[in-house]
Amino acid sequence: MSPTATKSKNPVSPKDRMKIPRQLMPEQPAEERAHNFEEVNLGYSAELAQQEAKRCLECAKPTCTDNCPVGIDVKKFVELIVAGDFLGAAAKIREANVLPAITGRVCPQEDQCEGKCLLSKKVKPLGIGYLERFVADYEQKMGIHVVPNVAPTGKRVAVVGSGPSGLTVAGDLIQKGHKVRVFEALHEIGGVLVYGIPEFRLPKQIVREQIDYMREMGVEFETDVVVGRTVTIDELLEEEGYDAVFIGTGAGLPQFLNIAGEHLNGVYSANEFLTRINLMKAYKFPVYDEPMLDLKGRDVAVIGGGNTALDAIRSALRLGARKAYVIYRRSDAEMPARAEEVHHARQEGIDFQMLTAPIEFLSDGKGWLTAARCVRMELGEPDASGRRRPVPIQGSEFDLPLSVAVIAIGTSANPIVQSTTPGLVTNRKGYIQASEETQRTTRKGVFAGGDIVTGSATVILAMGAGRRAANSIHEYLTTGAW
Amino acid sequence: MFKIIHAEFLAPGIKRFVIEAPRIARKQKPGQFVILRIYEEGERIPVTIENSDPERSTISIVVQAAGKTTHLLNSLETGDAILDVVGPLGKPSEIRKYGTVVVVGGGVGTAMAYPTAAALKQAGNRVLSIVGARNQELVILEKEMRAVSDAVMITTDDGSYADKGFVTDKLRQLIENGTRIDLVIAVGPIVMMKAVAEMTRKENIHTVVSLNPIMIDGTGMCGGCRVLIDGKSEFACVDGPEFDAHKVDFSVLVQRNTMYRDAEQRSLAEYRHSKSAEAGKCAVTAPQGAQA
Ligand SMILES: Cc1cc2nc3c(=O)[nH]c(=O)nc-3n(C[C@H](O)[C@H](O)[C@H](O)COP(=O)(O)OP(=O)(O)OC[C@H]3O[C@@H](n4cnc5c(N)ncnc54)[C@H](O)[C@@H]3O)c2cc1C
Ligand SMILES: Cc1cc2nc3c(=O)[nH]c(=O)nc-3n(C[C@H](O)[C@H](O)[C@H](O)COP(=O)(O)OP(=O)(O)OC[C@H]3O[C@@H](n4cnc5c(N)ncnc54)[C@H](O)[C@@H]3O)c2cc1C
Ligand code: SF4
Ligand code: SF4
Ligand code: FES
Repeated sequence: MSPTATKSKNPVSPKDRMKIPRQLMPEQPAEERAHNFEEVNLGYSAELAQQEAKRCLECAKPTCTDNCPVGIDVKKFVELIVAGDFLGAAAKIREANVLPAITGRVCPQEDQCEGKCLLSKKVKPLGIGYLERFVADYEQKMGIHVVPNVAPTGKRVAVVGSGPSGLTVAGDLIQKGHKVRVFEALHEIGGVLVYGIPEFRLPKQIVREQIDYMREMGVEFETDVVVGRTVTIDELLEEEGYDAVFIGTGAGLPQFLNIAGEHLNGVYSANEFLTRINLMKAYKFPVYDEPMLDLKGRDVAVIGGGNTALDAIRSALRLGARKAYVIYRRSDAEMPARAEEVHHARQEGIDFQMLTAPIEFLSDGKGWLTAARCVRMELGEPDASGRRRPVPIQGSEFDLPLSVAVIAIGTSANPIVQSTTPGLVTNRKGYIQASEETQRTTRKGVFAGGDIVTGSATVILAMGAGRRAANSIHEYLTTGAW
Repeated sequence: MFKIIHAEFLAPGIKRFVIEAPRIARKQKPGQFVILRIYEEGERIPVTIENSDPERSTISIVVQAAGKTTHLLNSLETGDAILDVVGPLGKPSEIRKYGTVVVVGGGVGTAMAYPTAAALKQAGNRVLSIVGARNQELVILEKEMRAVSDAVMITTDDGSYADKGFVTDKLRQLIENGTRIDLVIAVGPIVMMKAVAEMTRKENIHTVVSLNPIMIDGTGMCGGCRVLIDGKSEFACVDGPEFDAHKVDFSVLVQRNTMYRDAEQRSLAEYRHSKSAEAGKCAVTAPQGAQA
């Protein structure tokens, strides 16, 4: 018998744990949710959560934790769920992750914690994301907010950008007694969590609650400030008296295909499409003023295969699109989107046109999109990314009739801060150069992390960078050493 | 919240607002704009900064009622507040000594061109301004433009004030008189900017226009403001709003600005309806001049 089993609070014998099936996440029926913006997943009940938690084998060397970018002690928090101590479980997670209600919902678990769960060798992996979400939501429902009481250090930190990296830095540093002010270019706090990821995947109320909690802890937020334009990094340091600055401005610039017809009415970047819907609430027009092309009964396609692409097309479906296509130039295996989203999208009736790429957008002669001329692809030799390169098949062109096309083929670095901060070194692609351990940039007192350093990545990687940055900012502020 | 320190109509449907915005006032340069959102359900719209006063921590903007948001804005009074004002956005105008600069302002474009004209004058240029409007009532900032120009020429479409005709008539006269022109800056309706561009292209006169595509964030994030410059996509909010007029594809700009026409008309109609219902009920007169 393994040593863990003797101490275990788990009443089920290790052998029998494998016999418990992975507990399904209750969800809105596909045909219903395809027409509303309510959350797809409804969350575990306490019973389901405990039943799922009992599947954990309590490994001596938990590979789940090794494969979580912030090293959450999964075994421990799951054990606390089995024991019924949900608040304890939440506290355990918070030691490594300040936004569990968010990561539990949006982490690509299949590539991270769950991907390396020992269970997955024989049966389905433990539902770590679902459990994380459960305890975070439980804690929120109980309304328990521990506002730490720490002695002020008298140091001030400016955080630029309020995405997951910036929020993590702010949350960590305020708990160490520093004053923190977050500057955000948009009118809402949250970065991609509010302007990109739609309500049906991440209810904005959850993001808002996390931010309110930070406000309670004393974090100050100033919206409508584009750092580099409204105020520069140098002015923050020299004139406004900040002792350190963290840059977490994300990878916000949309890329286009550079094919004919991209200027037609009806062709959107995913950022614009999702911003209109999520940030500006165009789906509630005319209660909200921001307009949106009417998608009812229209055919819509998104170009791309990542989370952004799926978020856009599933939003289009919810706005009444008749046909909703994903046009992706590689095959299923290469799609970067979270597995659960692909599964949900298929259930909802999204039509996946795989190994297909648009080569031109066609118009009605009056400036409006009518179709995408596409070509079918086949997979050739692996490219630099190790994925097999798609090659067009001669003579396979066809026209796909469309009213709206959304381009979701990736983003690049937003240059505003870099171009207005002398001495801040960037890499070839314009991302800020920062140490992988300390997140220090080439400017004294200036740290950076998240997508603006790595290029588009994930929420949890941005948070991991925020955590490392907070630690080294704290060290810098207390020792003064650079 | 950004407080309106002062609001006054300059002409029917055209209103100037002085707004408390200390950070923006400190940084503003001619040619830059703000994006504002009036209230929670509101859209974000771009408006050029006409002037700023760092000492008083204020900026001023001049707004022409076009659709719902600008009508609503123009119904605000001194003491009211605007929920969000962000800026200064966009690249500042390139101010240096060119020699003789012709500044062409059409309609509310005059207010947008004014700070650039003033800065060019300050930089030692000879500034010749051409101000155009539909009729006498709509001629704005005449006094201000005179103060920063070596000469001001005014045209009205209907001849109700100054010379009857279009701004391009004045520009043609200048060219025909053999006036040496080193730079033309044109700000106003797209048709006007396009006509100016066509005229100066033939004469090889460097010309700059300020483009007004539909914007949301103003930081380069959404790509909605993309314009076609020399066959390439540029984002007007970060790469502009000023561009070399001879490289601009005006037809794409016109086409893209019609994208939401149906929704815009619906918004405006509903706004007018609610306003007239309100006015009828409480017998309050609609804000004076706030008609399109
Ligand atoms: C549609 C979409 C869906 C996604 N889905 C997932 C998912 O399911 N799971 C997952 O793990 N990841 C997902 N991602 C990726 C993830 O959201 C990002 O990797 C993450 O948000 C990066 O965080 P960040 O802190 O670096 O920056 P961001 O979240 O990009 O936030 C940056 C913030 O900085 C602000 N800013 C920019 N410039 C300035 C400036 N000059 N001054 C002031 N503020 C500025 C921006 O307005 C923004 O609010 C998705 C991304 C998108 C776009
Ligand atoms: C850089 C820039 C500077 C500007 N400066 C001024 C100024 O100083 N004074 C002024 O009166 N106007 C200015 N405008 C134009 C102003 O933004 C539009 O008149 C306003 O957005 C119209 O909104 P609406 O709801 O009243 O009208 P709508 O009915 O929504 O639209 C009327 C027309 O305005 C344009 N428009 C609509 N929404 C937007 C948007 N979000 N962004 C840009 N254009 C839009 C479209 O062409 C549309 O057909 C500027 C525009 C730009 C891009
Ligand atoms: S943070 Fe993400 S990767 Fe880490 S345990 Fe939670 S769901 Fe898994
Ligand atoms: S790897 Fe899986 S089974 Fe093992 S401790 Fe982690 S979650 Fe439990
Ligand atoms: S307004 Fe969004 S990129 Fe210019």
